[in-house]
Amino acid sequence: MRNAFADEILKLAREDARVVVLSGDIGNRLFDKFKSEFPDRFYNCGVAEANMISMAAGLASCGLRPVCYTITPFVTTRCLEQIKVDVCYHRMPVLIVGTGSGLSYASLGSTHHSFEDIAIMRVLPDMSVLAPADANELRSCLRAALASDAPGYIRIGKKGEPVLFPEPPPFEIGRWRIAASGERACLLACGTSLEAALTAATDLQAGGRRPQVVACASVKPLDEDFLRAAATDFPVLITVEEHSLIGGFGSAVAEFLADTGLSRVTRLLRAGIPDHFLHDCGEQDHARKLCGLDAPSLVRRIRESLDS
Amino acid sequence: MSDIAALEGISRAVRFRLIEISHQAGTAHLAGALSCVDLLVALYWTRLRASVESPADPGRDRLVFSKGHAVSALYTVLARRGYFPESRLDHYNREGAGLPEQPAPGGVPGVEWATGSLGHGLGVGLGMALAGRIQRQPYRTFALLSDGECQEGSVWEAAMLAPRLGLGDLTVLVDFNKWQATGRSTEIMQMEPFGAKWEACGWSACEIDGHDLCAIVQALAEETPEGKPRAIVAHTVKGKGVSFIEDDNNWHYRSPSAEEVARARKELGVA
Repeated sequence: MRNAFADEILKLAREDARVVVLSGDIGNRLFDKFKSEFPDRFYNCGVAEANMISMAAGLASCGLRPVCYTITPFVTTRCLEQIKVDVCYHRMPVLIVGTGSGLSYASLGSTHHSFEDIAIMRVLPDMSVLAPADANELRSCLRAALASDAPGYIRIGKKGEPVLFPEPPPFEIGRWRIAASGERACLLACGTSLEAALTAATDLQAGGRRPQVVACASVKPLDEDFLRAAATDFPVLITVEEHSLIGGFGSAVAEFLADTGLSRVTRLLRAGIPDHFLHDCGEQDHARKLCGLDAPSLVRRIRESLDS
Repeated sequence: MSDIAALEGISRAVRFRLIEISHQAGTAHLAGALSCVDLLVALYWTRLRASVESPADPGRDRLVFSKGHAVSALYTVLARRGYFPESRLDHYNREGAGLPEQPAPGGVPGVEWATGSLGHGLGVGLGMALAGRIQRQPYRTFALLSDGECQEGSVWEAAMLAPRLGLGDLTVLVDFNKWQATGRSTEIMQMEPFGAKWEACGWSACEIDGHDLCAIVQALAEETPEGKPRAIVAHTVKGKGVSFIEDDNNWHYRSPSAEEVARARKELGVA
């Protein structure tokens, strides 16, 4: 996904002279093309993320469109107050892109995991939160976010994610899209969890119970129209996210269902990361299994819920 | 009367007015506001190229007032400079008046940035200065910081980056009044050698008497080596201008009584 980000942001910079990229000392060679084409619009801000965000807000206040890029924990929680005060309080069009989100950097340990970023970013007024499922959806999200005049946050993976959309799909902030049709249960997949959700749906189809799968890249705002209809049409909704069960996408859906009274007409299951740090080493697939976010674990949970 | 004497007169009037509004509003942070008055007066009357008629002009010089708790000083200076009617100061910190106790976005004209949480203003100013260079706008950006504020790590993140970017159009002014909320800044953290810290980060730094208007005007006007940002460490006195407020840190929180306002008026020689 990060290669797609570098490629798409270069295209966007060609189209819009206001685009400036700030990096927190990451992306070795990733931005070589950008740097050679726009040397005065790329800045390595060093290992100093708080300043990078304040600086981006200053740039935005003068009419530019800064995009801040580094590893997710460092561009979200590390510099949270700068995001709150300088970006959101001033409603500056700063775009924050966190790479290696969720468990992408599983092997690097909990310092590099990010399963609190959605919770923390979505609580900030005026901040939109996007979680694309693959490189192509990331391209669409990036365009939509830069077209907005408000603060934005995009959480992306790192590299090697499977291509789920053959080309950049149509995307609108606040709109979801059905990725695979089905019935009885509706899997709402946030970000790169779409892959496991689609695999689980295919596995379930063998037993004649294929659930619907929805690509929910827009975490804030939620697609409330879609959710309202899905709650009415499906007896079971299942959210899937590579994020803590506290405060993330599933929580946002639960809040909506509770606030609207729709929790009375459908049942919500949430798959996500339990409330503890992961101490085991291993790659992303291993970490996903530990958290019940791999396709077989999802299949088991969905079967149980449909049987009960 | 010399220009400097005129500036001194403005400073006295500003000091009295902000003591008066602190009393009316019952607000804290008077002493830290008084310590930066001379810096603001020199800046607004001799250096800042900004038009009162078009405060949002993209080519204007900018001041990020980073020690937001002392914004009563900035409001008073802006009003006196003509950004908004002085009578509006009587509504300082009143509901719906747009003059909150710490600056808010979209408040009165002339306030560039909402601050109050310390350590943000230099980074924001750095971004503004960089935007000027990217967009080929030859404006200058100033950031006014408190000394206690310089204990925030983010200040030094910005301090180490600005010289590497060659931002010669950026000036930081530090109101070094030697106090913070609960004690001597120089005793709580190793502030000294303060000017040398900025020099070591690559700035063209100077240390001046922050109440000597002649010295401030000169420091603000001085050319610096190509591409070097400027740091002016201004040695000041917290509560400057009124004997019973000067260097008494109780005035970090206290607001003056009517009787104290009258005494201050006499001391400042304001009619």
